[in-house]
Amino acid sequence: MKTWDPRIEEMPQDELKKLQYRLLKTLVYRLYSFSAFYHERMKDEGVHPDDIKSLEDARKLPFMTKSDLRDNYPDRIFTAARDELVRYHVSSGTTGKPTVVGYTSHDLDLWTTSLARSLTACGLGRGDVIQVSYGYGLFTGGLGMHYGAERIGATVVPTSVGNTERQIELMQDLGVTAIACTPSYLIHIGEVAETMGVSLQNDTDLRVGILGAEPWSEQMRDRISSQLGIRAYDIYGTSELSGPMFCECTEQQGIHIWGDIALTEIVDPDSGEPLDPGEKGELVFTILQKEALPMIRYRTGDITSLDVATCACGRTHPRIGRIQGRVDDMLIIRGINVFPSQIEHALLTIPEVGQHFQIVVDRKGALDTLLVRVEVGRDAFSDKITDLMTIKETVAHRLKNTLNVNVGVELVEPGSLPRFEGKAKRVIDRRVL
Amino acid sequence: MEKKSEYVIKQISVFSENRPGRLAAIAEALRKEKINIFAFSIAEANGFGVVRALVDNPERAHETLTDMGFMVSFTDVIAVKMRDEPGGLYETARILGDAGVNIEYSYAYSGKDAAVLVLRVDQAEEAIERIIEHGGELLSRSLFT
Ligand SMILES: [Zn+2]
Repeated sequence: MKTWDPRIEEMPQDELKKLQYRLLKTLVYRLYSFSAFYHERMKDEGVHPDDIKSLEDARKLPFMTKSDLRDNYPDRIFTAARDELVRYHVSSGTTGKPTVVGYTSHDLDLWTTSLARSLTACGLGRGDVIQVSYGYGLFTGGLGMHYGAERIGATVVPTSVGNTERQIELMQDLGVTAIACTPSYLIHIGEVAETMGVSLQNDTDLRVGILGAEPWSEQMRDRISSQLGIRAYDIYGTSELSGPMFCECTEQQGIHIWGDIALTEIVDPDSGEPLDPGEKGELVFTILQKEALPMIRYRTGDITSLDVATCACGRTHPRIGRIQGRVDDMLIIRGINVFPSQIEHALLTIPEVGQHFQIVVDRKGALDTLLVRVEVGRDAFSDKITDLMTIKETVAHRLKNTLNVNVGVELVEPGSLPRFEGKAKRVIDRRVL
Repeated sequence: MEKKSEYVIKQISVFSENRPGRLAAIAEALRKEKINIFAFSIAEANGFGVVRALVDNPERAHETLTDMGFMVSFTDVIAVKMRDEPGGLYETARILGDAGVNIEYSYAYSGKDAAVLVLRVDQAEEAIERIIEHGGELLSRSLFT
């Protein structure tokens, strides 16, 4: 099967918009009438359900953020009765309280349907054996993928995370054809396999990776494809929206966001104003059909852009580009938004420099300055100053093209920049504002 | 006639940020290993530099500095004994220029019995041949191994 639900997935765009409008209108009326939280919010904002007269009017509605969930811990904004809930997932907050998401059986079905479409779109189905190496438990990744994979008739190997050698043995013994995990875990599996004398490419049937739950890049995709022989697909979701939900199709030109499930907007992270397709900004979702924890204009904090053109695969639903960073990480340099991840990706395209870098932001007079310190690769070291100057200029040029802002570059000795575990603290902001 | 490669000398080149103490760290490390430094030069650019040195044991110097985390490479250079008279430098430059040999960089140091000019050229063999042809004297690589 190539398309899970062609009637929906290939629906003409004007019909899809009408459907979205109907769903939005229904959702807003329901929440205004039955949820104290949304009722208050809309009153504060001075917007009434009757003011929503078109799909574009969605932008009149107030935003929601993660702190709304935290402030209402655990379930004060749920719009389903406790006995209607069939599951909870809990995401650990790096700061403060965790957030709790509840699901009715309809919510779980919607989530599973979304993944069934997504997994089918990247070529999986009956006959595939899918190893789910996302964590099972309070985290949404494991169980979400599990039910999505079962729905399309694939066979699930629910390995969860860890015990990598056993995962590799099972992969061989059970003829696993696809794996769902984080990109870094897949690379780790590849490395462990190598030490076991197993080539994922030659000694297993593994051909597809459904990778997400952490930021990654096109360069990592190329590496996974060339070193492990695996076609890697980007999957998106956050626990607030149910979990992993949306995935690339085989065209790999962005992640399809099912329009009947979510209304997607990209807004300016500072002003909250809507941005045009193609413009980079904060991803905002309205989950149109959720019962227990509906989300209206939920600000994900993720930065990406939207492509509304019908995809070459025939699906009419809009696509988002790769997540380019987090709003929290955003630096504003001379009025231009700069993300450390953009710098990282640009540096990955220059083999002469290492992947470690440091960003120093300063202010000279009234002007912000951006300095990127990067390690010279040992293989690239030349005795000639001019060669080194060329590397430096290449880096400056590449960064300027990516960021649209002038960047100072400092070449430093390999190994001299601080290494980080987990989330890197790469920015030193010396500006005194 | 001696083989031309006799005169191709292994120079060590070390990448260094322009921060205080890097140079001292290099010199100190070599001293501890009892490696003699014959010649030493620093080429600086905006923000970083390359330290170039002729030492009596380039292999060990390479290993020592690499272990310390420095980025080190070997570069082939030649070393010409300078005639102790005005115009010596000009003459070498002219010989090489006439032969179409480009000098990428050079630096000098004062050796035991004469000043020595260290040259990094794009065609070492050609340069060696021409200098010898013109009666010039080159230092042998055996001094630096
Ligand atoms: Zn598509």
